[in-house]
Amino acid sequence: MAKTIIPIGPYHPLQEEPEFFTLTVDGERVVDIDVRIGYNHRGIEKLSEMKTFDQSTFVIERICGICSTSHPFAYTRAVEDIIGVEVPERAKYIRTIIAEGERIHSHLLWLGLAGHFLGYNTVYMWAWKLREEILDVMEILSGNRNNYAMFKPGGVRRDIKSGDIPGVIKKIDSIVPTLTMLKKAVIDDPVLHARTKGIGVLSKEDAINYSALGPTSRASGVARDVRKDSPYGVYDKVEWDMIVTQNGDVFDKAVVRILEAFESIKIMKYCLLKLPKGEIDLNIKNIPPGEGIGHIEAPRGEVFHYVRSDGTNRPVRHKVRAPTFMNLPTYKATVVGETISDATIILAAIDPCYCCTERMAVRNIKGKKLYNGEDLIKLSQEKTEKVRRGLK
Amino acid sequence: MRREEVLKDIRERFKEDILDIIDKSPKRVYIEIKPDSIREVAKYIFKDLGARFNIASGVDAREHMEILYHFTFEDINLLISFRVKLEKSKLEIDSLASVFEGANWIEREIHELLGINFKGHPDLRKLLLPDNWPKGVYPLRRDYKEWDKKAIRDRGV
Repeated sequence: MAKTIIPIGPYHPLQEEPEFFTLTVDGERVVDIDVRIGYNHRGIEKLSEMKTFDQSTFVIERICGICSTSHPFAYTRAVEDIIGVEVPERAKYIRTIIAEGERIHSHLLWLGLAGHFLGYNTVYMWAWKLREEILDVMEILSGNRNNYAMFKPGGVRRDIKSGDIPGVIKKIDSIVPTLTMLKKAVIDDPVLHARTKGIGVLSKEDAINYSALGPTSRASGVARDVRKDSPYGVYDKVEWDMIVTQNGDVFDKAVVRILEAFESIKIMKYCLLKLPKGEIDLNIKNIPPGEGIGHIEAPRGEVFHYVRSDGTNRPVRHKVRAPTFMNLPTYKATVVGETISDATIILAAIDPCYCCTERMAVRNIKGKKLYNGEDLIKLSQEKTEKVRRGLK
Repeated sequence: MRREEVLKDIRERFKEDILDIIDKSPKRVYIEIKPDSIREVAKYIFKDLGARFNIASGVDAREHMEILYHFTFEDINLLISFRVKLEKSKLEIDSLASVFEGANWIEREIHELLGINFKGHPDLRKLLLPDNWPKGVYPLRRDYKEWDKKAIRDRGV
């Protein structure tokens, strides 16, 4: 049956994780859903085995353009776990700063896209404008807007200049008022309530059963965050709150992400102000035989790396697990039973790399094709418009 | 439960199944178990002790095949990896997908990349590789020799 489906919609191999969803519908209701992934499988695990430990850091960084820090972070921690060392204090602070900056821009990116899917293009514009500020901050700190190349086993590659810090803090502070406005606009909006509350609910039991991660699990009342459960970097020194909500619907997932952005700003500022002096690199020369695990909290959930070394300069096995791998299968629990016009936002709510929705086709029970990705976004936007008119 | 209690509990309950325990560091423990007991052990760890399933990683260790099932105990900051070693002549193990959904995709992945059969898995279709990938070719195995571009072209992939 899978062979008769032609992927409709623009095909962007540049965007990560293209997925193809097949929704089987009965009238308006989704009765079954299936997904096909692997269109862009690059074999990075195999590739990493052919590189040296230092080179792998760069390959791993290119797994995802949005969470380009998370993978090197988990990988370097896995390598450090093999050796059994902790990086210098200053390196820990710098790593935390970069990781949190990435979380802010990733959550804003998602918020913008979610707004777009729902027909809230103003939210989309505002969120992405704010994201630009954060990307500028990242450029000042690391020299790059994305793919920061800051990490290496044993420390960081690049120091943060103390002269840059006041300007960076000023820039971070400047986004807080707009972010607060955006938060109010999303949390208090009756149309958004009507559109996202009670939609695509992931129950607590399902979140545990699917081993869901990150905001997807925290919105369902599962208090799970590697930063709290197994602190790395300086997360155990900073005061911050884990955001947990109970309903598991699309609205709660949005709330978790917005509030987390505020926490990230708090952590980032603390680290910049308290940045200790000292070394930034351990200058690791040899990696002994053994195995190591590194897991960290990426914007979308836990990133997990398992590295095995045989004492040479290359890993013999490098297993990479991105959070979407665990979060995506929850579609089975959330989409079935909902309407077609809600399917886009439910599938977007786990924050997969969003192109999934553009690769979606809807079939009715007899197997006839009805909509493609663009139609679905339009359908979703029209529904919001209808809700809005109804409320007036 | 504290870390020592968890480890003692596992050690006593699965006395017959455990082959080796490596207490690597305060946060990491590796336990080697018999392949036949993975279902029971995983069920107890996941359902009764409430650990989170991180992922499984399959490794081709040349003389045998290994699968590591990683579980996190979130409240005590401990990550236990259960290791099973499979003979290359008999690459079969019980599926965990019916115990918890989280194991569903990774078993499909290991199945196609390393060629390990998961008994009782509900849906072992291809996950990452294209549908026309040749049978019996497993890209993550050590003996995989498909780097030759011509070979790939000839196969029509």
